[in-house]
Amino acid sequence: MSFDSVKELLELSNKNSKKIWELVYEDDYNERNVSRKNSWDKMRAMWIAMKASSDNYDGKLKSHSGLSGGNGLIMREYKDKCISGSFMGEVMAEAISVAESNACMKCIVAAPTAGSCGVLPAVLIPYVKKHNTDEDTIIKALYTSAGFGQIIAKRAFIAGASGGCQAEIGSASAMAAAMLVYLEGGTNEQSATAMAFALKSLLGLVCDPVAGLVEVPCVKRNVIGAVNAVTCADMAMAGIKSVIPPDEVIDAMREVGLSMPSALRETGEGGLAATPTGLRIAADMPGLGE
Amino acid sequence: MNIFDILGPVMVGPSSSHTAGAVRIGAISRKLLADKPVKAEIYFHGSFALTGVGHGTDKAIVAGLLGMETNDMRIPESMEIAKEEGLEFSISKINLKDAHPNSALIKLKGENGRELEILAASVGGGRISIEQIDGIETHFSGDYPTLIVHNIDQPGHVAEVTSALSHHSINIAALNLYRNKRGGYAVMIAETDQPIPDSVVKWLEHLEGVIKVTYLNM
Repeated sequence: MSFDSVKELLELSNKNSKKIWELVYEDDYNERNVSRKNSWDKMRAMWIAMKASSDNYDGKLKSHSGLSGGNGLIMREYKDKCISGSFMGEVMAEAISVAESNACMKCIVAAPTAGSCGVLPAVLIPYVKKHNTDEDTIIKALYTSAGFGQIIAKRAFIAGASGGCQAEIGSASAMAAAMLVYLEGGTNEQSATAMAFALKSLLGLVCDPVAGLVEVPCVKRNVIGAVNAVTCADMAMAGIKSVIPPDEVIDAMREVGLSMPSALRETGEGGLAATPTGLRIAADMPGLGE
Repeated sequence: MNIFDILGPVMVGPSSSHTAGAVRIGAISRKLLADKPVKAEIYFHGSFALTGVGHGTDKAIVAGLLGMETNDMRIPESMEIAKEEGLEFSISKINLKDAHPNSALIKLKGENGRELEILAASVGGGRISIEQIDGIETHFSGDYPTLIVHNIDQPGHVAEVTSALSHHSINIAALNLYRNKRGGYAVMIAETDQPIPDSVVKWLEHLEGVIKVTYLNM
């Protein structure tokens, strides 16, 4: 792919008077040597699959380990009573629902990973419902988000095993924040600023799954990723600037990830996984052939 | 990495490495066997052995062996489906020397008697690497059209393969050669930018010194 930095992406967009989604879209069909339609339809398929991952949520399901399931339903029923209002309540409910669907072996869209699959749909689905957004705009918003995700993956990483949860939920949150700014009619720069805010806010977050499973605390961390994206998009839309430029924030995420001990990078050996309760859950987990 | 590696794939959860990657390992093994598998001995190494059950790695590998893709909603029921389709399988732990933490060793038998032993690793984000075929070191991802030629280690086979591909204007992205010993059993892996026609595969199969040719286009 052709974008090495947010700076480059912004300069190119401004030089050609284009929105970020256009550059990302053009780059995709050129780079993969496919038709414009092929690229567009593929992104449309991602949106349809995202919606389905929310629609197919089953609050009665439990994961194989028994650690996840049912909380999405609880939150869906409670959402209108939320302190933060019903929109944020719905964001929270969607984040938990999609992440629980993932834990229960249902179909999801990895964005950027399976563990962080709840973040993008959690902000997109309630937003689209509230604003009656047309499908073309949604697809453009997804290209915007993927463009930033690609730069994060190139300059840093998007896997918990490489850089901790900041690389998964942090990246998902950053992608979602940039996407929301596009939907709100913000500038390319404001999208980049929202991305930087979101990544900064989750810098240092460790990957410490109990019993090594993508469940505790991953399901609930999808909520913070989604909620953080909304607040960061709002700050950027309000006109607040990031002191540290977006690319430097991404590079800082990489540095923080590299200096994280392996116990905090998806090995299930540190953080919440190493608490007395985490260890007890891991010890009780049925193994192969048991 | 393209944007659909970032936004995507559409997959059955919960883990891109332990579930989606495992489906792909099973699916690629079935393709490499080039036969309908009827018996599978599956061994899990490292993190696959430790957290595989919780991540559905066992169901995912079996689903792949049945020919399912990573977004197939039947993955959670693959073990029951295997019984219906006559695939007999066993899954156990193994401790392999120097293997990637997410590795599986699979010994397959097909309904026409073909056999295959494959060692594969799930290297993150649903991407995989085939590390060994029939005990010979390989290293390829299955992301590209891939030609696998098993031959006697003697001069000329690389020239035959590359000239056949060149005649059909097929560009080679990567070419790797492996062998067990000088003059012994050799494996050549060619990853290409364009798909390879069946006629090329058939022609190569009939060459003297060529033992087996497998073509993979996932």
